[in-house]
Amino acid sequence: MDKAGRDVWVFGDYRNYFQNRVTLQLLARGRELAAALGGELCVLVLGHELGQWVEEYVAHGADRVLALDHPCLRAYQSETYTRLLVDLALARQPRVILVGATSFGRELAARAAKRLHTGLTADCVELAVNDQGLLVQTAPGFGGNLLAEIVIPRHFPQMATVRPGTFQELPHDYERQAPVEWLPLPAGLKPERVRLLKSERLPPREQALENAPVVVCGGRGMASKKKFRNLQELARLLGGQVAATRPAVYARWSEEGTLVGQAGRQIKPQVLFSFGVSGAIQHTAGISGAPFIVAVNKNPGAVMMQMADVGLVADANQTCLALIRELKKRLRS
Amino acid sequence: MNIVVCLKQVPMVSELPWDSKTGRLKRGQAEGMMNPACKHALEAGLRLKQAQGGRLTVLSMGPPEAQEVLYEALALGADQAVLLCDPRLAGADTLATSYTLARAIQAVTPDFDLALLGCHTTDSETGQVGPQLAEELDLPAAFNVEHLQLAGRTLTVRRVSDGFLETLELDLPALLTITTQEFTPRETPLGGLERAFAQGAVRMLDALAIGADLELVGEKGSAGRMLRVYSPAAQKKGVLLTGAVKKSVQELLERYGDRLGGLIGQDLASEEEGHG
Ligand SMILES: Cc1cc2nc3c(=O)[nH]c(=O)nc-3n(C[C@H](O)[C@H](O)[C@H](O)COP(=O)(O)OP(=O)(O)OC[C@H]3O[C@@H](n4cnc5c(N)ncnc54)[C@H](O)[C@@H]3O)c2cc1C
Ligand SMILES: Nc1ncnc2c1ncn2[C@@H]1O[C@H](COP(=O)(O)O)[C@@H](O)[C@H]1O
Repeated sequence: MDKAGRDVWVFGDYRNYFQNRVTLQLLARGRELAAALGGELCVLVLGHELGQWVEEYVAHGADRVLALDHPCLRAYQSETYTRLLVDLALARQPRVILVGATSFGRELAARAAKRLHTGLTADCVELAVNDQGLLVQTAPGFGGNLLAEIVIPRHFPQMATVRPGTFQELPHDYERQAPVEWLPLPAGLKPERVRLLKSERLPPREQALENAPVVVCGGRGMASKKKFRNLQELARLLGGQVAATRPAVYARWSEEGTLVGQAGRQIKPQVLFSFGVSGAIQHTAGISGAPFIVAVNKNPGAVMMQMADVGLVADANQTCLALIRELKKRLRS
Repeated sequence: MNIVVCLKQVPMVSELPWDSKTGRLKRGQAEGMMNPACKHALEAGLRLKQAQGGRLTVLSMGPPEAQEVLYEALALGADQAVLLCDPRLAGADTLATSYTLARAIQAVTPDFDLALLGCHTTDSETGQVGPQLAEELDLPAAFNVEHLQLAGRTLTVRRVSDGFLETLELDLPALLTITTQEFTPRETPLGGLERAFAQGAVRMLDALAIGADLELVGEKGSAGRMLRVYSPAAQKKGVLLTGAVKKSVQELLERYGDRLGGLIGQDLASEEEGHG
């Protein structure tokens, strides 16, 4: 059978370390999908001064790179990028397009899916190909505790966004070779209607939570702002950081920046303490990298307790206080 | 100036009544509320209307109960409210939703200058409807806007995107999605809701009234199909400690203290007290 209509495309978002990482993570999964479909894994990278990135994508597993390098593409602007992506997709008919769920990626993917009149599943946590050659996209659904498997049976390309940290990138291999097509800027490209007057790089977001070896996370079961504060003391004793679930953030027990999960940060502490957290998927999506979990919950049946290596069936705040006392004793020496 | 704001009613996830004894949420009692980002978008619209004069239309697609958020918007100062309510519209993904909202805007207020939406909803959080509606209406658009200024027919907006603070300029007619960062919503005036209800001012429209192609709306017009829904199996076989708090905590530290202690360079497995 013709190879057209079997390829997997990944949008190459190279702007900084984190955005580039999600591209590399998508390449790792994209390789498996392309193999299952019998197609190529292709990276589409738009922008300016792309040489380094093109090499990196080849080293991380791309079978082909489509590169469009032009000074007018230096700044990421979604109207223009959408036009370019859509025209190329119409011309070359990829079967699957994967985009990292950065702010820009979400905009681009949504616009492109609309133009291509196809489906787009946001924040997939798993991607596979079934025996009908359809992309099976697993994403959290129904406001909390369920995962849904979604297919896009009658529309092409099948599109998905994936949050950074969902997949593992492959080790690079700078010996790898792959064809690179340098594409010209299409003639008659309409000027962007949205004029970028100024773009300032903000200081990099603090990564304290992402890098902490110990994280102490509190949920609704901490019951009050006053009690929630005890987690600070525990975190201090353990040399860790405090994190929170959405209800704790909404109740203003903890700051926005401490939210962990789908809508917040992805953490990978060596030890995670989880106090009064039920374990909704949107939250646990952010803690999949934690190898050792201690959970405290009144309800032994809570998902968080079942994910834990050690579960304490107890009051969250009482346990926090007891741990602080015990640690102080043991740390006294 | 003619403004249209798209509003969605969402369940009050974070404020669900909650049984402190069993620790379970009483989901059956879930009430609806105006999606927070939509509320900020409405506030942005109301401020523009106050400054510029003109007309503000609010539009929602949803079940009959969604009228509540439209009455709330009328009480806050919207001039006209429309609910797209039709079983044929149910089950729409963002592709069908953006198509339907576009048809409604063109039917109800074709001469609009500005369409405002929330940056995302708390029940789906896809944030796809804004960008897709901009494509459907073929408008210049800016997303996740935190600050805006209008001079003549030119909007200057500020937004944060992937670690960049951007200042963008675009001409009306345009579409913006608004975050919950700024535009703190005003309080609903006392008696405002009763007045809005008394006026009975929400217009109900079905798919045909907005001239929609029935093949492109609702579940029929959606690209995605759900294969199955499941609850992810908990993976681990951990230890469960059910004794008194103090005993459990001591057991935890005795069994795993070396693991924890190793991380902070301390011996936690043994109790120092009384030894030194
Ligand atoms: C689109 C979307 C995105 C979302 N993104 C995120 C996200 O990024 N991060 C996030 O955290 N959430 C997110 N959520 C919300 C998520 O679905 C859950 O609602 C949330 O994680 C639940 O937080 P919780 O565990 O603190 O509260 P609950 O689910 O209410 O759980 C409280 C737990 O505490 C226990 N408990 C109660 N009292 C005590 C006590 N005295 N002692 C010990 N235990 C007690 C209960 O048994 C229960 O298990 C999102 C939701 C949606 C719809
Ligand atoms: N059913 C709907 N009715 C009206 N507006 C909607 C609807 N669904 C989404 N929107 C708008 O689109 C925004 C983003 O929604 P979403 O893409 O679903 O996260 C919301 O804040 C609303 O402004």
